[in-house]
Amino acid sequence: MREKEMTTPEIHIDEAGSAGVKPLLEIRDLAITFTTGSGEVHAVRNAHLTIMPGETVAIVGESGSGKSTTALAAIGLLPNNGRVSAGQILLDGEDIAHATEQRMIELRGNTIGMVPQDPMSNLNPVWKIGYQVKETLRANGRPSGPDDVAQVLSEAGLPDAHRRAKQYPHEFSGGMRQRALIAIGLSCQPRLLIADEPTSALDVTVQRQILDHLDTMTTDLGTAVLLITHDLGLAAERADKVVVMYRGQVVEAGPSLALLQNPQHPYTKRLVESAPSLASRRIQVAKEQGLEASDLLAPAAEAAAADNFLQIQDLRKVYKLRQGLGKTTDFAAVDGVSFDVKRGTTTAIVGESGSGKSTVAKMVLQLEKPTDGKILFDGVDTSLLKSSELFKFRRRVQPIFQDPYGSLDPMYNIFRTIEEPLRVHKIGDAASREKKVRELLDQVALPQSTMQRYPNELSGGQRQRIAIARALALDPEVIICDEAVSALDVLVQAQVLNLLADLQANLGLTYLFITHDLAVVRQIADHVCVMEKGKLVETGSTDDVFESPQQEYTKALLNAIPGAKLMLPPEVA
Amino acid sequence: MVRFILKRLLQVIPVFIGTTLLVYYMVFALPGDPIAALFGDRQPPQAVIDTLRSQYHLDQPFWVQYGLFLQNLFTFNLGNDFTGQPIAGSLARVFPVTAMLAVEALAIQAIFGVAFGVFAGLRRGGWFDSTVLVVSLVVIAVPTFVLGFVFQLVFGVQLGWAKPTVGANADWGSLLLPAVVLGLVSFAYVLRLTRASVSENMNADYVRTATAKGLSRPRVVIAHILRNSLIPVVTYLGANLGGLMGGAIVTEGIFNVPGVGNKLYQAVLRSEGPTIVSIVSVLVLVFVVANLLVDLLYAWLDPRIRYDQ
Repeated sequence: MREKEMTTPEIHIDEAGSAGVKPLLEIRDLAITFTTGSGEVHAVRNAHLTIMPGETVAIVGESGSGKSTTALAAIGLLPNNGRVSAGQILLDGEDIAHATEQRMIELRGNTIGMVPQDPMSNLNPVWKIGYQVKETLRANGRPSGPDDVAQVLSEAGLPDAHRRAKQYPHEFSGGMRQRALIAIGLSCQPRLLIADEPTSALDVTVQRQILDHLDTMTTDLGTAVLLITHDLGLAAERADKVVVMYRGQVVEAGPSLALLQNPQHPYTKRLVESAPSLASRRIQVAKEQGLEASDLLAPAAEAAAADNFLQIQDLRKVYKLRQGLGKTTDFAAVDGVSFDVKRGTTTAIVGESGSGKSTVAKMVLQLEKPTDGKILFDGVDTSLLKSSELFKFRRRVQPIFQDPYGSLDPMYNIFRTIEEPLRVHKIGDAASREKKVRELLDQVALPQSTMQRYPNELSGGQRQRIAIARALALDPEVIICDEAVSALDVLVQAQVLNLLADLQANLGLTYLFITHDLAVVRQIADHVCVMEKGKLVETGSTDDVFESPQQEYTKALLNAIPGAKLMLPPEVA
Repeated sequence: MVRFILKRLLQVIPVFIGTTLLVYYMVFALPGDPIAALFGDRQPPQAVIDTLRSQYHLDQPFWVQYGLFLQNLFTFNLGNDFTGQPIAGSLARVFPVTAMLAVEALAIQAIFGVAFGVFAGLRRGGWFDSTVLVVSLVVIAVPTFVLGFVFQLVFGVQLGWAKPTVGANADWGSLLLPAVVLGLVSFAYVLRLTRASVSENMNADYVRTATAKGLSRPRVVIAHILRNSLIPVVTYLGANLGGLMGGAIVTEGIFNVPGVGNKLYQAVLRSEGPTIVSIVSVLVLVFVVANLLVDLLYAWLDPRIRYDQ
């Protein structure tokens, strides 16, 4: 019945043009206040938003901009210390900003669905997937037999749904979990779906599949979508309208393309500039103008062109997978990978999760032993290093890891964190070490007073700077960045990438950059190695690989960058 | 799963030999002559002493005594204690009593500890939470023997709600008062553990998602908060069962419960090696089985845990 009502046109770029159709959701002058230990925090102020039936509207902003808070208010799920302090949230004309819990329970699932951000933490680990779908159907008064559950799951693109329904979340990959969450969000055919960063935790190719599927499903059902994202490219590609939020306020709103091509607010302009999906254009411009770090880089790279600093030869890593009853099968995580890294350059290894790229990084760092093959560092076979030589090797090769929340010890203050490698390697005395720490903080553009603080007092970007300072403490020659910027917001990501480029120019560092994000690769790498299922499928200079990819897999990866296609027309024009 | 259980049961062997050997050696090394102690102030004839010593193998070196003990154990003949009673018979009398006491205490902890903990955790900072926290702190702070005597006096003597002592014929009713005393301290820990676990899980992403699906509050609490919160609590309760079986010496003493604690205490006073080690052997088995059950329960509660991988 509901589907019949929903035969409204799919796109409503212009609200005035759709006279007679009432908005499905209208947020007016919304203010949200959090009561915290240090007083009241106004997380959202004067927010406006209109969603027509069947329309997709994206809220874009960095973390802390209030985008998720606004969306949570619409489904009545603000945290306990948060409340709507002013304004209205009109759903079909009914103000639900202060609706009773009972009314919200009626609306949730049936009228407003939600697809949450992190597929890893949003499914209850102790219940089977099927049960988690079933309870949704049951709570909203829909048939909830095994066939209904399987149908909901298969509509969300889960193959073999009957069997899958009997599995637990930990038996699913990230992409499959997100499909299950989409299945749950859409199971009761809501009129509005709130999708809060629905794919930010996933690989680009998986991201594309999931978003395509979500598009198809919401179009078929006539569901309106409120898409929350930090990725401007993704928002522009998927939404009819984009709303940009900054520090709790809506700073700009309008049809997606118009807003991207002609941003008005300074924040939107910055966002457009630093969005990595637009990087190809940015670097071209930079090259023409002879600007930016890539220019500074060039001499160093050319001087050392002949020097194969790091040589990976036919590297293999085989894990034994247990099959139960003492049987094992071999699984080649890395299978015959060879490439060279020249001194002072940046080589990126790209691939989806499970492609073996992180395993390569671990073997280069000597954290895992290769099953076969050689790693030559400065002409020396690393497998022959004695433990004392390995200790010296570690001084020259340092890692930066993905999660700046997990890679810093919360019990160490920043001084101790950065000083620890110096102490371990017995470099200098207390005074000279302190001087060094101060220098390092300057290098990563953090105030020296940061020394006395603890990781939990710092933002994600600041923490990643600390991780970089720590990696630099021993004056290494090679830095291995394992997804070093993946966990950061675009603006912070751009800052950190620029910092890394500057450091490379100044210190002649060699980077091995492990990432799933091709947009980042475009910004920082000289050479690219594309890995798929443990094998190296394509390698070459960044320009070559991006401009004329040879392999289907590489093309698929490139196509999956959010906004990649979208950006082409303005560039051509 | 079967492999896991077999492996765990095989682990009992070294644990069993290790603990019995240690306990046996400590009893052996105790100063004083247990035979002389039997006669008090009287000096028995040397022939009697020699007969008794050889009857209980006290004239043999340690390894022979221990070997004989093991041999007897595997032939299910535990021998006699120093009063001439068969040890097996006295174990058969005391263990059921203590088992009843422990089960009762465990039930009190589990039911009230979890229930109070859930209510406190859901309304953290509310009046119920604050009251329960203070009371549980008092319970933890006051030693068991104080609680025991106070309860005995108030509920047993003054109010007359329960028998002040249990005596020879222990049953579920007469064991209730000692079970409450025995269970109280762990009740406070279970409560606090549940409360912390519940208030942590309440903020989990999947709980928010469950609410977003349109589930009613009770369903969210039962299916998504409670089950996940019980995982650490179950571990604690299981480990506690072993403690309740062996460690009720004070409570059993106050309420005169004819259980394991009492028996063990008397045996230690008399340096009765075989009795002590027999009791300890059974307790080791209880501990191992209790821990195995906890692990199995744990896997049932949390499907991410699989032991046969």
